[in-house]
Amino acid sequence: MTTYTLVINIVSWACLSLGGIALVVGALGVWRLPDVWARFHAAGIIDTMGAALLLVGMMLQGGFTLVTLKLALIGLFLFIAGPTATHAIANAAWVAGVKPKHIDKDEGSLLGRKDKA
Amino acid sequence: MFSHPAAMFGVALCATFVAMLLVIARSYAGPTLYDRVLAVNSFGTLTVLLLALLGFLVGRPDFLDIALLYALINFVGTIAVLKFVRHRHLGAARPARDIALKNVSPWWEEKR
Repeated sequence: MTTYTLVINIVSWACLSLGGIALVVGALGVWRLPDVWARFHAAGIIDTMGAALLLVGMMLQGGFTLVTLKLALIGLFLFIAGPTATHAIANAAWVAGVKPKHIDKDEGSLLGRKDKA
Repeated sequence: MFSHPAAMFGVALCATFVAMLLVIARSYAGPTLYDRVLAVNSFGTLTVLLLALLGFLVGRPDFLDIALLYALINFVGTIAVLKFVRHRHLGAARPARDIALKNVSPWWEEKR
């Protein structure tokens, strides 16, 4: 085992472990946070930190091959489509009139919905 | 420990599996429809990662094609569900009921 392989393996371990931690943290947030507006933030952790770190860790193991190119394509697509899908969900929830829980009365007027808040 | 690359994929696979369980529980329990759609979208992202990790774990990176395809279908499915819920129609930008009742003209007949 050369030094190069050892370094690649150590960095890959770090990326995959941190990515797994980010996935579990984001999923815990999706499960535990109080309402849909808070859960968007937790889903963002899964889409950005978790996916990116896992893909980088796998790319390091793939080396300079077609596998790495495919992983980069998956990462590029998730990078574009994840925020787009989250924005579409948030827009649909806003149009449908879903309110945040635990909202301050004064902040409710900032949202233009004082009658409902 | 660093001489067995398969172990790191196993660790990440376990984390992905735990995250999938939590997210699918939210998609079952979510009070509003948007919680469920958000959870299903995250579940799709986690499925993409699971497929890629599984391909590396068993030494067959051909699974990456399936993962890429799943990412595309997941995005289209999320947008389709949201559009259907809002417009009750997948081909129109106005509610199908209004178009049927001639209350509004569909987008392709709208004057600009």
